[in-house]
Amino acid sequence: MTRMMAIVERELRKFFRSPTLMLVSMVMPLVQLVILGNAFGGKIHNARVGVVDYDHGEQAVRVREMFDSVAVNIKTFTAVQCNDERQAREDVRTGKLDAALIIPAQYSRRVLAGDSPKLGLVVDNSDQFMSSSLEAEMQSLADALNNPTVQPKVVQQIVLQIVELYPYVEYMKYLLAGSIALAMYVSVMIGGGMLYIDDKARGVHEGFLVTPITRLELVMGLNLAGAIKAVLSGVSLTVIGSLLAGLGVIFHPVQVLQLALLIVAVSIAFNGMMFLLMVRVEDPLVPRAMFGVLNTLLFFPSGSIYPIAAFPRWLRAIAIVDPFTYAVHGFKAILLKDGGFAAIQADLLFLFAFGIATLLVATPLFKRTL
Amino acid sequence: MTTHKSDPRYAGIAIAVENIVKRYGDFEAVSDVSFQVKEGEIFGLLGPNGAGKSTLIRMMTTLIPATSGRAIIAGHDVAKEPDTVRRAIGVIPQALTSDVDLTVEENLSIYAKLYEVPKAQREKNIEELLEAVDLLKWRDAQTKTLSGGMRRRLEIARGLIHNPQIFFLDEPTTGLDPVSRVAVWEMLDKLRGSRELTMLITTHYMDEADHLCDRIAIVDHGKLVALDTPIALKASVPGNSVVEVQFARDAGEWRERLESLEGLTSVEPQSMGSYRLHTENGPQTTASLVELAADKGGVIKSLSVQNTTLDDVFVHYTGRQLRDEQVKAPLFQMPPRPGMST
Repeated sequence: MTRMMAIVERELRKFFRSPTLMLVSMVMPLVQLVILGNAFGGKIHNARVGVVDYDHGEQAVRVREMFDSVAVNIKTFTAVQCNDERQAREDVRTGKLDAALIIPAQYSRRVLAGDSPKLGLVVDNSDQFMSSSLEAEMQSLADALNNPTVQPKVVQQIVLQIVELYPYVEYMKYLLAGSIALAMYVSVMIGGGMLYIDDKARGVHEGFLVTPITRLELVMGLNLAGAIKAVLSGVSLTVIGSLLAGLGVIFHPVQVLQLALLIVAVSIAFNGMMFLLMVRVEDPLVPRAMFGVLNTLLFFPSGSIYPIAAFPRWLRAIAIVDPFTYAVHGFKAILLKDGGFAAIQADLLFLFAFGIATLLVATPLFKRTL
Repeated sequence: MTTHKSDPRYAGIAIAVENIVKRYGDFEAVSDVSFQVKEGEIFGLLGPNGAGKSTLIRMMTTLIPATSGRAIIAGHDVAKEPDTVRRAIGVIPQALTSDVDLTVEENLSIYAKLYEVPKAQREKNIEELLEAVDLLKWRDAQTKTLSGGMRRRLEIARGLIHNPQIFFLDEPTTGLDPVSRVAVWEMLDKLRGSRELTMLITTHYMDEADHLCDRIAIVDHGKLVALDTPIALKASVPGNSVVEVQFARDAGEWRERLESLEGLTSVEPQSMGSYRLHTENGPQTTASLVELAADKGGVIKSLSVQNTTLDDVFVHYTGRQLRDEQVKAPLFQMPPRPGMST
């Protein structure tokens, strides 16, 4: 025990004396949280949409009034008057406009005659996000035009009433779970991967191996120290990230306890995984080369950025065995849903089991000699 | 527990290496080496980079298993009782491996804990060792602020933190400036005087081996080629003096002329018209040489007479200069530590 704790003491003294590891492990997830959270979370504003009116009738004026009202109030787009459909198409193609609304000749007559009136929308579908946002906005404008001014006594259309369980979740809040997991992964990758191999290459482990420390004490000491460092990174990012994203869970004791338990489980799982990957590595270049690959392979399939349900089958298979998936699911359950202990039970079980299993495999692989 | 302490063959023997072999695939890094080190002795393993010194030391210190043969350290078989051996030995690896972010005292304290030295004893040992290696006033300094020589002294203290019986030092002065090297030698001399310690030192510095070691084993290409006291090794080289001469012009004609001189045991051509002459009588050979040069109209650029050194011993036993070997890339790299010499 004394020998195991000596390894832990050494690692933690180094860690606190040189806090670069903790700072470095938090920089990338924090930057990602702030940049991606703001970049992906917003709605389209001030898109330039041209209006070509070949009708000029009463119904065309109604369309333009509604169009102008969106431009003035929601500001999804600004209206640009155009005289020629061909020119408007060319302007969309060259990027001068983001879309063009065409009101064809005879539009008012067709509306009044109930003769399948049509409005045209020219969009630049090379930008899927912009085109689908404008399409959705225009569709709601068309729906409003279709609504009769006076509602009939009996409504025959089926209406879906949506009940949202939680207040609107901004993308930054959605991303926080992944960012905490990422910070812990970076901490483990640097503290448990790169520094471990660097120590090996510098001959530090040779110094340990000539002492009577046992294989188990050395493995447990290195992993316990790695897990403590990952816990500290996880706690720090949870606090900073929650404050940045405007989440108040860190002020609720029960949720704080759940978070603490999940952070410990994630630390053990990540650390065990990293130790297993690094246990036979000698070359300091290997963990550096693996960093990006593992990051992509584990972080992106975890559902932290995009829902797992949208993945193809093979990617879902990765997500099932990826400890990141359970970390992200658990953090989302606590941070966004307040789902209670029951919501994270399965995640905790998987993460603890994964951590113990990887350590059980890694320990016999750890060489007590050079 | 298999102990050889009661075995009369090992009475007074700290280290016994018996027919030890280490193979990596087809390459034999250490070939059938045997030697014994007496208790209290300073024993040197001398050889160029890649000779197999570090492989030998690593087999003796439990770091790598031997392919065949055995090593008995402090009466215990390394292969059968590695933990007992580890408690009996202190090891200073070739590389400087102290934690640069930790203080001098923290480095010592952590190693004392790895050896499970009780708290009171730990504090006493740290105090004594810091004084012995002259780092008492640096105890709270971070190791990164120390010079190379001070770091090496710290590592020596670290290796002694648990009061071992046998101390292994793998090239303890490599990379140090001449002043620091001498300081390390003095410290090892002092430690030897104050503790009942057996030391095994690997080095490729002749002067270091000559200065520190009671006995020296010359290792080359994994084989032990000579073993004796420095004096006996020097005496074993034919000719007890070496005359070094350099001629201003030489197209190879001087070798034959020099070989005609009386009392010479060998003539070694060096570069640029230089020769090393091994002789029984240095002054007489010098006088004859000057006379010969005057006779043949040769111009002597430099001339010196010296006693036989370990350099000569190494050349005698291996057929080449140790310093020449130093600058060549080693033929074989130790697999566990790529880039480090063996």
